[in-house]
Amino acid sequence: MRKPIIQVDNLTCGYGDTLILEKVSFDVRQGEIFVILGGSGCGKSTLLRHLIGLQSPLTGTIRILGRDITAAEGNQRKQILSSFGVSFQGGALLGSMTAVENVMLPLREHTALPADAVGWIARQKLRLVGLQGYEDYKPAQLSGGMQKRTALARAMALDPQILFLDEPSAGLDPITAAQLDELILQLSQMMGITFVIVTHELQSIFALASRAILLEKNARGIIAEGNPNDLKNDQTNPAVWRFFNRMPAAASV
Amino acid sequence: MKQASNNTPEAAAFAVTRSDGRQVRLELAGPLTYASLGPVWNACIHAVRRAQPKTLVIDARQVTTCDGAGIGFLSFLLARVKKKKFSAEIVGLRPELQAMLERFGQPSAPEPPAPPAGLGAIAALGKASAEFFADVHSQIAFFARILLTGARMAAHPWRFRWKDFFVIAELAGFRALEIVSLLGFLFGLIIAFSSAMPLRQFGVEIYVADLVAIALVRVLGPFITAVIVAGRTGSAYAAEIGTMKINNEIDALEVMNMDPVSFLVLPRVLAALLVTPLLTVMANLWGLIGSGLVIRSLGYPLVIYLSHVQSILSMTDVLVGLVKAVIFGGLVGMVGCLRGLQTQLGAGAVGIATTRAVVTAIILLVLTEGVFSVLLHFLEI
Repeated sequence: MRKPIIQVDNLTCGYGDTLILEKVSFDVRQGEIFVILGGSGCGKSTLLRHLIGLQSPLTGTIRILGRDITAAEGNQRKQILSSFGVSFQGGALLGSMTAVENVMLPLREHTALPADAVGWIARQKLRLVGLQGYEDYKPAQLSGGMQKRTALARAMALDPQILFLDEPSAGLDPITAAQLDELILQLSQMMGITFVIVTHELQSIFALASRAILLEKNARGIIAEGNPNDLKNDQTNPAVWRFFNRMPAAASV
Repeated sequence: MKQASNNTPEAAAFAVTRSDGRQVRLELAGPLTYASLGPVWNACIHAVRRAQPKTLVIDARQVTTCDGAGIGFLSFLLARVKKKKFSAEIVGLRPELQAMLERFGQPSAPEPPAPPAGLGAIAALGKASAEFFADVHSQIAFFARILLTGARMAAHPWRFRWKDFFVIAELAGFRALEIVSLLGFLFGLIIAFSSAMPLRQFGVEIYVADLVAIALVRVLGPFITAVIVAGRTGSAYAAEIGTMKINNEIDALEVMNMDPVSFLVLPRVLAALLVTPLLTVMANLWGLIGSGLVIRSLGYPLVIYLSHVQSILSMTDVLVGLVKAVIFGGLVGMVGCLRGLQTQLGAGAVGIATTRAVVTAIILLVLTEGVFSVLLHFLEI
């Protein structure tokens, strides 16, 4: 078994008096494509925000590459942050910059590469996500799917070891979504990037995921963990069965 | 020719050797990564260009690792050479790196051509004036639309969004009391003090009372208040409606068959229109208190100050000020909403809309004030 790259230990998080997740523990191993699943409001996004250090947990630790992101400050935090890239659900592109400028931003800030090189690499990343020809468009002029792909290109601008993707293929047409899945697989196989993906798209999940966790609102935590193809055939837990087989909650199993 | 970026083992290095027949061999060594390529990239490209190769052999046997930057570098070199119609090959690249280069190293799209040069001076002037008149037209049209919608609403007052109106009026009015009072007080103080000095030379400094009372109640009170309302409330209208616009909320209202003017604009304009005269009364009151303080400090009893103020001010003066305040408030509210609705795409557009709301409002205030002064002079009010 490959060594864990992210270790979440007894994570409890919430807002004010409401607990969202309680005592959640799991590992993400190097090079795998790890998928976080769950219905609306189960805390997927909250979990992701904790993993990338935007929010502090109530209790528990999150170790990324062995370093605790919840306690890190200053330079240590910067080092942890530079080990991963994040692509947000809505893209979160800077509206005042063009697509290519958005991708160039981390390259300019964090490398000593000359301007030619930065432009070349940024354009290459955009081409990789299928956006050649749209480099000089402002985010507002791009469609939602294009914004998502630009965000992915920006997230992987510096070839981080880990990529966090929040709903990467939601809102994309089936062909583009399949291309994106293929790209994720290639990046994972060829460059050894570890992916942590929050998604609902069952097809993507079966195509991509090496391992998945399924969160549930009432359980305030993980109700299933494993390879999605195994989980799909697991009939012991009705909630898991319903999720993977697209059954409405009312239907009895 | 051999160069290394520095002496650490983690650095990238290259060497260019030329054999006859203009075959150039570029030897790369070490890691080709984001961290290591910074100092080497340009130097290496220049060295290759200076060697003027007919064929370029890139020897990558000593390349240890290669990430996105390295792939970018190799593809950049290949694209350069290809553009000059020379041939190039890479030898000794490890198979997995070769596969990465083939998958991720497609040449980037070329940089787009520079945008065409700007318009000539005359064309620019024409464009600017066309934009200016279009803008004036949009303001007049919007004004008419508000009046029409308002008239229609007056026939069905129960449809008016009273709840929104009261919330907005509280934010625009009640919450502005402190700042309006403070500014009115300071203005009264400052005008009284600065006019008292010259008048004292003639021994008539008590007439400061008459001067301040007239200036404040007829002109300055409404104007200062309207400027504060423009900065506080007009900008807030533009920002709020602008944000709604970029979130498609305005579109949603339209397709639900709700008129954004009656839904959003009317309550806001009415709120601004009604609170501005009320705030003006407050500004006037505190302005008179401020100037009274100066008069008192010059040694006159307050009774004398008050009798001067009473004798010089007529009800007409107060009403002129309040009518102006109503119009100012309406203008500020209208411009704020208009600029909000005109917001273009993107987060930066909200900032632009807000700025434009305040700037246009202040210009309109000054213009209206000018028109009023002339009008009142000829009407002898």
